Amino acid sequence: MDFGFTTAAYVVSAVLFILSLGGLSGQESAKRAVWYGIVGMALAAVATLIGPGSGLWLLSLILIGGGGYIGWMVANKVEMTEMPQLVAAMHSLVGLAAVFVGLIAHIEMGRVGAMDESAKKALDGFAALIAKKDGVELGILKVELFLGIFIGAITFTGSVIAYLKLAGKVTSKAEKLPGGHMLNAGAAGLSILCLIWYMNTGGFFPLFLMTLAALFIGYHLIMGIGGADMPVVVSMLNSYSGWAAAAIGFSLGNDLLIVVGALVGSSGAILSYIMCKAMNRSFVSVILGGFGETKGPAMEVEGEQIAIDADGVATALNDADSVVIVPGYGMAVAQAQAAVSELTNKLRAKGKNVRFAIHPVAGRLPGHMNVLLAEARVPYDIVLEMEEINDDFPETDVVIVIGSNDIVNPAAQEDPNSPIAGMPVLEVWKAKQVFVSKRGQGTGYSGIENPLFYKENTRMFYGDAKESMNALLPKID
Amino acid sequence: MKLGVPKEVFEGEARVALTPESAKQLQKLGYECAIETGAGQSAGFSDADYKAADVEIIKTAAALWKASDIVAKVRQPNDTEMKRLVKGQTLISFFNPGGNEEGMEKAKAAGANVIAMEMVPRISRAQKMDALSSMANIAGYRAVIEAGNNFGRFFTGQVTAAGKVPPAKVLVVGAGVAGLAAIGTSTSLGAITLAFDVRPEVAEQVESMGAEFVYLDFDEEQTDGASTGGYASVQSEEFRNAQLAKFLELAPEVDIVITTALIPNREAPELWTEEMVKAMKAGSVIVDLAAEKGGNCKLTVADEKIVTENGVTIIGYTDFPSRMAAQSSTLYATNIRHMMSDLTPEKDGQINHDMEDDVIRGATVTFEGDITFPPPPPKIQAIAAQAKKPEVKELTPEEKKAAEAEAFKKQTIQQVTLLGVGGALLLAVGLVAPASFMQHFIVFVLSVFIGFQVIWNVSHSLHTPLMAVTNAISSIIILGALMQIGSGSFLVILLAGLSVFMAGINIFGGFMVTRRMLAMFQKS
Repeated sequence: MDFGFTTAAYVVSAVLFILSLGGLSGQESAKRAVWYGIVGMALAAVATLIGPGSGLWLLSLILIGGGGYIGWMVANKVEMTEMPQLVAAMHSLVGLAAVFVGLIAHIEMGRVGAMDESAKKALDGFAALIAKKDGVELGILKVELFLGIFIGAITFTGSVIAYLKLAGKVTSKAEKLPGGHMLNAGAAGLSILCLIWYMNTGGFFPLFLMTLAALFIGYHLIMGIGGADMPVVVSMLNSYSGWAAAAIGFSLGNDLLIVVGALVGSSGAILSYIMCKAMNRSFVSVILGGFGETKGPAMEVEGEQIAIDADGVATALNDADSVVIVPGYGMAVAQAQAAVSELTNKLRAKGKNVRFAIHPVAGRLPGHMNVLLAEARVPYDIVLEMEEINDDFPETDVVIVIGSNDIVNPAAQEDPNSPIAGMPVLEVWKAKQVFVSKRGQGTGYSGIENPLFYKENTRMFYGDAKESMNALLPKID
Repeated sequence: MKLGVPKEVFEGEARVALTPESAKQLQKLGYECAIETGAGQSAGFSDADYKAADVEIIKTAAALWKASDIVAKVRQPNDTEMKRLVKGQTLISFFNPGGNEEGMEKAKAAGANVIAMEMVPRISRAQKMDALSSMANIAGYRAVIEAGNNFGRFFTGQVTAAGKVPPAKVLVVGAGVAGLAAIGTSTSLGAITLAFDVRPEVAEQVESMGAEFVYLDFDEEQTDGASTGGYASVQSEEFRNAQLAKFLELAPEVDIVITTALIPNREAPELWTEEMVKAMKAGSVIVDLAAEKGGNCKLTVADEKIVTENGVTIIGYTDFPSRMAAQSSTLYATNIRHMMSDLTPEKDGQINHDMEDDVIRGATVTFEGDITFPPPPPKIQAIAAQAKKPEVKELTPEEKKAAEAEAFKKQTIQQVTLLGVGGALLLAVGLVAPASFMQHFIVFVLSVFIGFQVIWNVSHSLHTPLMAVTNAISSIIILGALMQIGSGSFLVILLAGLSVFMAGINIFGGFMVTRRMLAMFQKS
């Protein structure tokens, strides 16, 4: 097949990918949108296989098939609560692949560069592409593949650490090596030196050194970010994997790679932005880890936390007309979504208005709670965003907060000295009655007291979220 | 000490200040309770009920007054009752201190301590003994019921086999406790309910009860209700005119008007003029809850129901709470009981009349031979002062247009600046980079642009599927590996092969997971 066909197929794929992302604007159109993505990907792969430059297509097919089988199995087996880990793990694969592809480009460049004119003419495929480049273009190629490897390497280790943190295999606390961000800055500086070195010599060693530095940055950067900031981290890594693909696309002169890389990159960037905005923190402060310095002593919290048992909560629920449930990461940890869903069904069957309020950063992944509730068969039209439901709290009879803390902290509005001051929160305390399902009396991720727990209309429903919900179920009649 | 409750002597008064239930609570505070024979009869509590609750039954009022250290009653005491007061005795009752100079003098002369229930300050802590609110609540409810009784149609609109019935339109003037109770009752009966109050800050409460707040076309600085303890204050002339004009406009439309406007210690303001009554449809009903203080409608006759020439019924009863004696006695007795528990911090059956306490000080009108009315302002403000809200004015079309143009201009400037800077940057790159690079670079910039345009529309709940999809399609990196796998050495083939393999995992895994997730989203 000639080059024209491949390009045409690429154009179609690119359009399909754009439609695929655009289709995610609604639950129903999203189901169609996935198929656009699948077809686009298949088309792109086939067109590349039969297009110019590729060889060993049988080996390729076997490898795709083998990888695909593993991917299929994993995706089928994974629990919805493990979704954040899975996404992070898959990002690491893209990152590593980008590093490899970049390295290959470097190897090829060296090989082609050593050839004489006649040998160059005989080349085909990617090597031929390189052979045609002149001095400036080769220089740009070096920068491109350098960037591709750099971003890819950060994505790789960063995603691996994010995976380990989300899977609970390393501590989710923010941990830094002594030296903190100076180490990161040092590694970044080293990478820039390597770039200059590499531009001048074209040798493998600076590239290798830079790869090590980038791997370190990825590791150390993500280690220094705490668990609750993971939504930002995961979407940021998602963005990086896109930029890496785009950079590789430049070095290979492949427009489809550039297009898709840019789409993925901007998508991740927007998601990170949305997450940061939901926490009222700047991107930089999230990435640099930890909360900002407080400006003064935090407001004294007065009163006491009053506990309540399942009977009390059940009575209030039986009397209530409108109920809002605010889920958080605690619900995911306790795997309580099925019990919550059953509770919802029971309450709805009695004609009560039951809704869910989702804070943008609830959970460990953008939209994490929505997916969990969807898995538990909670209809998506009663699952509302913060802006949609915040005004309704004063007319709500009962709010149940399940395993969330900072996102319902009134200190964000009431105490200008609070570390989370100004962060948009769900105003649950305006409801007539609030029940907080919580394991114990500890503080949330940010380590600050939550005055909500001390409010007059708040009762603490201590215990594991799943057991608490299951204890409630038989008492709702 | 002994707390005694006499039978109410006021004509037609059915309430009583003690119920068997509240007696039990008072006994827990250490008090003995006594009641005059038959005092609870009209409210539905028989002597036997009281006896069962260990309340002593005393035959005559005179004996009861004599035997009691504390006397609790409902209505303002009359002359005979005032004469029975003795030194050191405590009287808890409605007392109307503002208009009862004589009564206070008598109590002072007798050396009795009088606690006037209507003087309980309106602070959160004192709500449990705020008898005015509990009575107003009942009055508001009863007003709607009385109106319904005299109104010839349904409240709720219905479409029946026998034809369509329009819903009744109810206007509640004054959204205090009584007004809100009336609104709640009226809306739950199914009527279209409008409500007006001079304090615009109550609009939210009105709307929360399901009624529509009537706004005036008036732009004077409105007074803050907080400065007057949550009560309405006297309004300016312009405001009054705007209000009357609005009411006159509404008069022909509404079927039932319930007026509840009272200003403390003043004659009730005239809100519903004769002209408005004339403008109303025949069969309409006006319930004037302010009848006792002269009425919000000048045609109102206190304690009577009249029908005007044009067929409008005006109800001026002043005894709404008494008409629901069982309910109002229960609430009033509870208010008294709470007052007693505040007076008895030790729960030892002895009154500790603490004049330092805001609530007790506020409600006490005579104490140890002194008149202590009016009380000093409470130390705690009743309602937090409202932060001055920026005036949200209804913009004229021209202003709106100007604002829109302004926003448009701003947006344009912002976009043009962005485009300018972006364009300049592109040009700068183009100056040094070769054409082959620029070709790809344009594709890149456009893609980023499309990405930004498309992703903003993705709904929040689909962010996780979005990440899974973008993750799947970021394995487009496979193209790079596929292009390279055929060229070159073993090392290249190995690395490319690994890349293809990993990307393969990602493609299938990513799409599969996304499909699983999306399949779960379902509508109810």
